[in-house]
Amino acid sequence: MTIEIAPTSATVPVLVDERGRTPHGLWGVAATFFRRQPVGAIGLVLVLIFGLAGIFAEWVAPYNPTSNDFAAMTEAPSWAHWLGTDQLGRDLLSRILYGARTAFIVGMTSALVGGFSGLVIGVASAYFGGRLDLWLQRVLDIVMAFPLIIMALAVVSIFGTGIQNVIVAITIPLIPRCARIVRSSALAIREVPYVDAARALGYGHTRIIMRHMVPNVMGPFLVIITAFVGQAILAEAALSYLGLGVQEPVPAWGLMLQGGAEEYASTAPWIAIFPGLAIMLTVFGINLFGDALRDILDPKLRER
Amino acid sequence: MRAGFTLCAAALTAVLAIAMPASGAEAPKRGGTLTFMIPADAPPSFDGHQEGTFAMLHATAPFYSTLTRVNPENPSSTTDFVCDLCTDMPQPADDGRTYTFKLRDGVKFHDGTPLTSADVKASWESIIHPQEGVLSPRESYYMMVDKVEAPDPATVVFRLKFATTTFLPALADPFTFVYQKEKLEKDPHWYEKNILGSGPFKFVTYETGQSITGVRNPDYHHPGLPYLDGFTGIYAAKQATRLDAIRSDRAAAEFRGLPPSARDELKAALGDKITVQESDWNCGSLVTPNHAKKPFDDVRVRRALTLAVDRWHGVPALSKVADMHTVGGIVFPASPLAATKDELQQLAGFWPDIEKSRAEARRLLKEAGAEGLSFELLNRNVDQPYKYVGTWLVDEWSKVGLKATQRVQPTGPWTDAMRRGDFEVVLQANCRAVPNPILDVQPYLPSSVFTANYGNFEDKDEVALYGKMLHETDPAHQRALMREFEKHSIDTQAHEIWVSWWYRTVPHRSYLKGWKISPSHFINQDLATVWLDR
Repeated sequence: MTIEIAPTSATVPVLVDERGRTPHGLWGVAATFFRRQPVGAIGLVLVLIFGLAGIFAEWVAPYNPTSNDFAAMTEAPSWAHWLGTDQLGRDLLSRILYGARTAFIVGMTSALVGGFSGLVIGVASAYFGGRLDLWLQRVLDIVMAFPLIIMALAVVSIFGTGIQNVIVAITIPLIPRCARIVRSSALAIREVPYVDAARALGYGHTRIIMRHMVPNVMGPFLVIITAFVGQAILAEAALSYLGLGVQEPVPAWGLMLQGGAEEYASTAPWIAIFPGLAIMLTVFGINLFGDALRDILDPKLRER
Repeated sequence: MRAGFTLCAAALTAVLAIAMPASGAEAPKRGGTLTFMIPADAPPSFDGHQEGTFAMLHATAPFYSTLTRVNPENPSSTTDFVCDLCTDMPQPADDGRTYTFKLRDGVKFHDGTPLTSADVKASWESIIHPQEGVLSPRESYYMMVDKVEAPDPATVVFRLKFATTTFLPALADPFTFVYQKEKLEKDPHWYEKNILGSGPFKFVTYETGQSITGVRNPDYHHPGLPYLDGFTGIYAAKQATRLDAIRSDRAAAEFRGLPPSARDELKAALGDKITVQESDWNCGSLVTPNHAKKPFDDVRVRRALTLAVDRWHGVPALSKVADMHTVGGIVFPASPLAATKDELQQLAGFWPDIEKSRAEARRLLKEAGAEGLSFELLNRNVDQPYKYVGTWLVDEWSKVGLKATQRVQPTGPWTDAMRRGDFEVVLQANCRAVPNPILDVQPYLPSSVFTANYGNFEDKDEVALYGKMLHETDPAHQRALMREFEKHSIDTQAHEIWVSWWYRTVPHRSYLKGWKISPSHFINQDLATVWLDR
């Protein structure tokens, strides 16, 4: 005889409308989300705008983002160049649209890889406990002793610049941060009776972890992931600004704030303003969305 | 009576005219501390014999003397050399192969010990014949020198292997500090971390990568100099920081050179409080393909790299935002040895019709099987003008289907990568001190002659051609040989890709007087004649 243990809080509806009904379908979920979390919805819209701009940059960008146009150097915003041009005559709108791609590739990849690695480590650490937990936590302590940007700088200094190395550099410091949060949630779940019951029934570690522990840490995990995307985008911009991220002529927001943006801050401020705005709006959007997600997924906040 | 008065007035005017400095010249004021910016991080060392960077020179030149130098009153001249430690510029003897210098009396190092010809000889020996393990990037500059002798404490004799017009300008190189013999003999690396000279200022403090300070040397061998009580050099790699310092009067200048945008910004903000000095710059951008890496061993690929670049349109446009200025060949544009525009337009990469040039580049790439070639351009993490030039070149190369990416590195790793041969194509600069065209084109020679050429090639024909040019003393023949050398180096073999000459713009506070711009940011930096009008 097999006993199917009831799924846990993962089945508790997290998004309900004003009448307590669970929305159906993507549009239903979206509509409910917009009504219940209007601020978070604005964040989501901002993220979608920049995300889609990055994906479809080839079609929506009016100019080649790397092509110099010496006839249009440091031109102010105009009908020909909506956001103006930089010191080499490159269209800023096009560079920002393509820059969104760089930002999201780095942001999403770092957040997902760092997040999932942290999830595995955090859950394993909590579930198995003992010496494994002790050692893993000490290693994580060491890595976490370094601020994110310092650790990323160190990694880039060792492995060199370039988009892959930037992703590695940002991913590594994200892992312990995720692992630590996931572990604290997983530790609580490890002690609940249904996990004991599953163990008593002889279920394997993989099944217990995958069916009972991971779904229960998904709430905080998703919130962390959204926060990580924003952090990773900021870290990428910081590294590029410091000359350690992606290199010219690749369009990247942080890189656009370097060099010409500083030199022309007083005479052509748009070179610095628009990439700065792009970074700010994207991270702001991600943070708003993350907050809304936390409100939805955290039962305590949901009850308020 | 009236006639007598007029006569008296005329006599008084004449006396005053003689007593006062020449018209337009102001009487220097003594005192004050000059603060200036050094646009770099910490220099690799303080040893002028080993280093080639202004980051070292701007900080340490005020502490040292040299045997001869470019006239500080006329630093833009390429032929006006005067004595620093010597008493008179000598006439060459022995068919132009012997130069004898008499040293000034009573010159002392800052520790009080007398400076003699033994110190001068030891210093020059360390430059011309460095000990094993000691770098001397200018060793090849003095390939004409057979030996340096010190027959008595006040005499130094240079005996040359052959007569050459390149010797005196080379002798005035500002990196050729005179060190103490005893220190050099005890430890040839002593001057890397220590400062002890006989220059206008005495060393006080150095905070690594932050600042350096000096105070007036009261025993300086040029009477009445220096005018300043002292100086502080502040390191700041970021241009915005340096501009802020000048704008807010926390610093009076930076002496390397700023881009036109910075000049305009300061001028707009400060008006007459800023004086701008400008000059052609004996410095330019140079691309070196690594011949040891395929397909850059193929001359067709190297030629395609230069043919793709539209210098005639690109450089004037870039000169608005970067330190670049003059389209020219490998010789400093102001020199009589420089190529004329017509001569230049015969060379690959300088053709007047860029479409024809790029069509040829595409044809060569196709023939070499390198169509759509992807490669990495190693570049230096310095905005002006490295990063501008690098970004521009990547775009130019894309127009013939080449896909270049950049690896931008700080100065240390960039130099390391070049020395290790860890690059495909590198963007460098050829910056020389006293314009001396025959020696200034040495970077085009293989590393067997010019150690700092990282192209990994050998070319006996080029070396032979250079030797011929070095030994030639007739200007017309020298010019013809230079054209041959130029064609061979940047066209026929395209060992190097010469991009453009730079332009030096130095905006400084108007109260800073007595400093004159030169075609090199290495020249005239001992600050002895600088004074503050406030």
